[in-house]
Amino acid sequence: MRYKYIAGRAVATLLMLIAGVAFVLPFAWMISASVKPEIDVFKYPIEWIPKQWMAYDNYREVWFGEYPFVTYYWNTIKVTALTTVVSVVVSCMAAYGFSHVEFKGRNALFVVVLMTFMIPSASILVPQFMIFRWLNLFDTHLGLILLGSFSALGTFMMRQFFLGIHKDYLDAGRMDGAGHARLFVGIAMPLVRPAIATYAILRFIWTWNDYANPLIFLRSDALSTIQLGIQKFASESGVYYSLIMAGTVSAILPLIAIFVVGQKQVIEGISLGGVKG
Amino acid sequence: MLRSTLSPLPESKNIFKSVRICAYSALPVFGKISSEPDEDGVHSMANTPTVRKRSSRVLHETAAGYAFIGPMFIGLLVFTIVPTILSAILSFSEWSFIAGIDKIKFVGFSNYAKLFDDDVFLLSMKNNLVLLIAVPIQIVVSLLIAVVVDRLVYFKSLFKVVFFLPYISSIVAVAIVFQLLFHPSYGPINSFLTAIGVDNPPKWLADIHYALPSVMIILIWIGIGFCLIVYLAALQSIPRDLYESADIDGAGAWTRFSRITFPLVSPTTFFLLVTGLISSFKSFDIIKVLTEGRPANSTSVITYYLYTTAFENLKTGYASSIAWLLFGCVLLITLVQLYGQKKWVNY
Repeated sequence: MRYKYIAGRAVATLLMLIAGVAFVLPFAWMISASVKPEIDVFKYPIEWIPKQWMAYDNYREVWFGEYPFVTYYWNTIKVTALTTVVSVVVSCMAAYGFSHVEFKGRNALFVVVLMTFMIPSASILVPQFMIFRWLNLFDTHLGLILLGSFSALGTFMMRQFFLGIHKDYLDAGRMDGAGHARLFVGIAMPLVRPAIATYAILRFIWTWNDYANPLIFLRSDALSTIQLGIQKFASESGVYYSLIMAGTVSAILPLIAIFVVGQKQVIEGISLGGVKG
Repeated sequence: MLRSTLSPLPESKNIFKSVRICAYSALPVFGKISSEPDEDGVHSMANTPTVRKRSSRVLHETAAGYAFIGPMFIGLLVFTIVPTILSAILSFSEWSFIAGIDKIKFVGFSNYAKLFDDDVFLLSMKNNLVLLIAVPIQIVVSLLIAVVVDRLVYFKSLFKVVFFLPYISSIVAVAIVFQLLFHPSYGPINSFLTAIGVDNPPKWLADIHYALPSVMIILIWIGIGFCLIVYLAALQSIPRDLYESADIDGAGAWTRFSRITFPLVSPTTFFLLVTGLISSFKSFDIIKVLTEGRPANSTSVITYYLYTTAFENLKTGYASSIAWLLFGCVLLITLVQLYGQKKWVNY
């Protein structure tokens, strides 16, 4: 019986490993192609571990060559970090307002917020573009940050966690004479810290990977984010596939690092509400 | 597991606070016996000041409420609600946003009427509908993987990460990599197929008939991780004794799956189906980077056609009518969800 169990598990593990390989192979191919000379990229059988290494030259060319990858990177870090911070603060504030402050019209406003969640972002690109022109937000990082910061999803998700805070905690603070501002900063926010971490990581990933918004709301190359950058690089540099792969590795790597570190938060966040960006 | 880590009351850190709560809790209880305590937690004896105080407190609460939701609401108003209304208005007009606002011309429903004679639009719409097939495939595959990974394998958390990698990778990077993998003459996929004896391997993204299925393969590959994680969470919540009693009754693996697992994860399946269909309708990045609708519009989708109409051909009014049709499709799926949730799902 016990042997049968172990054998069954081993077979299942093996089957899943084969399936897993299909998920890892494209990444492995990408990394492998990024560290070899151009002529070896399409060699068959595939040299998974290159015979001749070009890692240093390839990555140096991508990072310090014709395309300003350093600038793209810096732009992305700036936009992503600021969007995450603003989005977390704004979402938490709204979530607190919708869960622990009682005021007239609260439920109606919450329904309005939820309804905006249904609107596909592609449907409103054109008027958003016009509004960006009117407000002078077009081709600025500020515009991009603002665009990513007001999320009905974030409000909804954080509200679920704020609702979990027992009233006694806040009442205790209220007895102390604290107003809502102090209750929010001093009691509510620290209590939902794990949830904030989850939302922040998800928002970070979504913003880092965002392509459509930078494509439409940015024009200058100097302001481009990494997603826009590698796409430009890939379509303009033509046939330097090893360099293109070095670019994509550079674009994906930070996220994989963050995912490995914050794995628990990401997986919990996804499974909790089944949220999707 | 989930609850405990995300619990808003991490026990260990809050011993201090709970002590304080105990100390204070006597006061509100005392106040509540007679009537609600006012702000100081002490019941006021005089009547009129209480009323005044209470109404000022209501005012105070309202002000605080609006202050808290204000930033979010103003943001949504400016960047989502107003654009939605503008888009609706523009969809009845013939206009280009590079022309002045005075050049706007209202044409009634003619944009919408034109859509149904527009071959590219109809083809894009059809492609969107074909792409929907990827959603159930992705759900079935991820449910199978989830059932196996949940109880039957070693290194469970490793598998979670492996299957989830495509989902967190940027679509731009994924699309660029697959462009090369699917390369018709040098790509590793076709090299492999030729090596194992396939004479004329498909040209994948370069072939009118294979381009859309290739996109579908990539979409499934990206989406499985998300479905898997959600399914794994759902499987965790199925009580183990159900399986144990099924074992005692001598139920086989298939019976256990079809009688216990499948019905109990049906809300999750439904949720994944709805969100999957909606996000399939909304997919834009993958098409823009991977194919730009080529070859011969065979991979064009509504969002991509909307993008080229609005930002390359600069037909703002016409693009807005496409936008509203897209919105309509999403709305329709949502309504079906609201209706279907009650009808088809086992809770």
